[in-house]
Amino acid sequence: MTVPPTEVATPQTDALETEGPDSPKAIEGRSLTQIAWRRLKRDKVAMAGAAVLIFLILVAIFAPLIVKFLGHPPDEFHQDLVDTEMGTLGPKGAWGGISWDYLFGVEPVNGRDLFSRVVYGSRISLLIAFLATLLSVIIGSTLGIIAGYAGGWVDAVISRAMDVFLAFPLLVFAIALAGVVPDNAFGLQGNTLRVVMLVFIIGFFNWPYIGRIIRGQTLSLREREFVDAARSLGARTPRILARELLPNLVAPILVYSTLLIPSNVLFEAALSFLGVGIQPPTPSWGGMLSDAVTFYTMPHFMLFPGLAIFFTVLAFNLFGDGLRDAFDPRGR
Amino acid sequence: MPTTDPLLKVTGLTKHFPIRKGLLQRQVGAVQAVDDVTFSVQSGQTLSLVGESGCGKTTTGRMVTRLLEPTSGSILFDGRELSHLSVGQLRPLRREIQMIFQDPYSSLNPRHTVGTIVGAPFEIQGVKTPQGTKRAVQDLLELVGLNPEHYNRYPHEFSGGQRQRIGIARSLALKPRLIVADEPVSALDVSIQAQVINLLEDLQEELGLTYIVIAHDLSVVRQMSDRVAVMYLGNLVEIADGHDLYTDSRHPYTRALLSAVPIPDTSRREKRERIRLEGDVPSPIDPPPGCRFHTRCWKATDVCRTQVPPLVEIAPRHEVACHHPEDSLVAAAPAQAAAPVEDAPSGTAASGTMTA
Repeated sequence: MTVPPTEVATPQTDALETEGPDSPKAIEGRSLTQIAWRRLKRDKVAMAGAAVLIFLILVAIFAPLIVKFLGHPPDEFHQDLVDTEMGTLGPKGAWGGISWDYLFGVEPVNGRDLFSRVVYGSRISLLIAFLATLLSVIIGSTLGIIAGYAGGWVDAVISRAMDVFLAFPLLVFAIALAGVVPDNAFGLQGNTLRVVMLVFIIGFFNWPYIGRIIRGQTLSLREREFVDAARSLGARTPRILARELLPNLVAPILVYSTLLIPSNVLFEAALSFLGVGIQPPTPSWGGMLSDAVTFYTMPHFMLFPGLAIFFTVLAFNLFGDGLRDAFDPRGR
Repeated sequence: MPTTDPLLKVTGLTKHFPIRKGLLQRQVGAVQAVDDVTFSVQSGQTLSLVGESGCGKTTTGRMVTRLLEPTSGSILFDGRELSHLSVGQLRPLRREIQMIFQDPYSSLNPRHTVGTIVGAPFEIQGVKTPQGTKRAVQDLLELVGLNPEHYNRYPHEFSGGQRQRIGIARSLALKPRLIVADEPVSALDVSIQAQVINLLEDLQEELGLTYIVIAHDLSVVRQMSDRVAVMYLGNLVEIADGHDLYTDSRHPYTRALLSAVPIPDTSRREKRERIRLEGDVPSPIDPPPGCRFHTRCWKATDVCRTQVPPLVEIAPRHEVACHHPEDSLVAAAPAQAAAPVEDAPSGTAASGTMTA
């Protein structure tokens, strides 16, 4: 081993290449997040997932614009396109009425534009999944970090609460709750109220998944000496939690929230499928699947919302897996 | 030796970690990690705490820095009692007592830059520096032999020795008077160990620091210690001036410990009598009665099994807790008589405590 006698810090990484001519002397270090990001960019599968996600988010944001140019308003009836004489009420034309005008064909009975409904459905799906995940992450991270750092009876109470929440029959509860919630509550009504309710139900019952992971990570981080170093400098507990521990927990929080979103998409779809989620006529993927069940002879009706759910969940999962590999290459 | 009051005076320091079991968390026992430890450190000097793993030396260090609260005993730092101060009361005192940690890989937050890590003391304590925190941090980096340009780098971009230097820079930021170094070099390569020890010595000279160095390796602390205290199973068994302890140790355990230090010279190695201790260190949950070392001591008698040997001054500035101390290797008694005896302020020697 050759060690320079004075051991003046020598850069171990190839940071020199990042030094532009405009920064002659300032030596920039590369943070672990930057390193993970570079690793992620090399992961083709994860980047494909990310591309699909960005596409989906753009579709959700610009749904009115897309529908204006490529479809028809989602609630507009086109009964002239439905075969009323044969009695099946199926769409006229081959493949469920797919044409340049109606990219995914039309609904049976009412003849609404399926393309528009799938596009608008992405808004509900993503909105509920994102907000519910956000709620889970906020509750789960806060309680997880407190339980892990405080230990003792605080940890015992929070951990038992997590067990209770995980054992709770969520689906049954959601169905029951949907039955008793009136049309007007908390100054909200109709589907706005439904969205808020779904976000709270899904978010509030999923926080223990994040909470447990964060608690476990905090338990191991708490024993690291940099926490003692902060304490021996006189740091207060909030500072230790926010400045010393939280930066080390960003990676698991990010990874597990990315993996929680698709399960929330599925859960929202399941609730809407069962008729306790979003109410018609607002389009939602789960609700469309539910409508399609009675028309099993017309598979396109079920195919497009089904594919939308499938690709959304797949893209989130691939991206989440890539994110996890990037942040923790040893855990592969 | 000046007769001023010591900077740090630890008396009867004890730490028992409770063992709790069952639903009601009843206390069923205690790990007696540190039991009745007494020592003191003069300003500007270095005291080394040595002993095997699990002998309580780290626990002692953590009580002095008040990362742990002692079960009983007193810690007198510059005349102020630290042992039961609250977190808030301790905060201003944190500036004066700092710690260097054992593992440079876990003592630096991997998500913070060097600038943030070394600047944290200023931020936490709200200390304003004349030319700004960044300048102060860069001065500190330079002081410990690091390139100040590396302000924006992250810990993982440094080697173990460099990381330990970053930890030292952080501990120096608030200009402390006492630094507790918990095995500061045990995680480093041998070639780097000497550099870090030299750095600590230079800094002591330059800044007038007082050190408590915790180590399990007697050879590592030999160079820098003014006083050496040997611990066994939570007890202090011998404390003496550095040179005295290495050449004329009196406690059987210290003798055994010293005989285990490797000697590079093969001809000298053959002449040496190697003392092999039988058995393992007993559990600190249920330590042996009497002298805690009696289960492994070749000189143990009945009195060792029943009575705890007090720490007594067997020679000037040399205290041993043993019923049957070894004979002095230094044959000429006059050499000891000639040693200055003007230390030992009144009242401390009577109760078996000592001054360093």
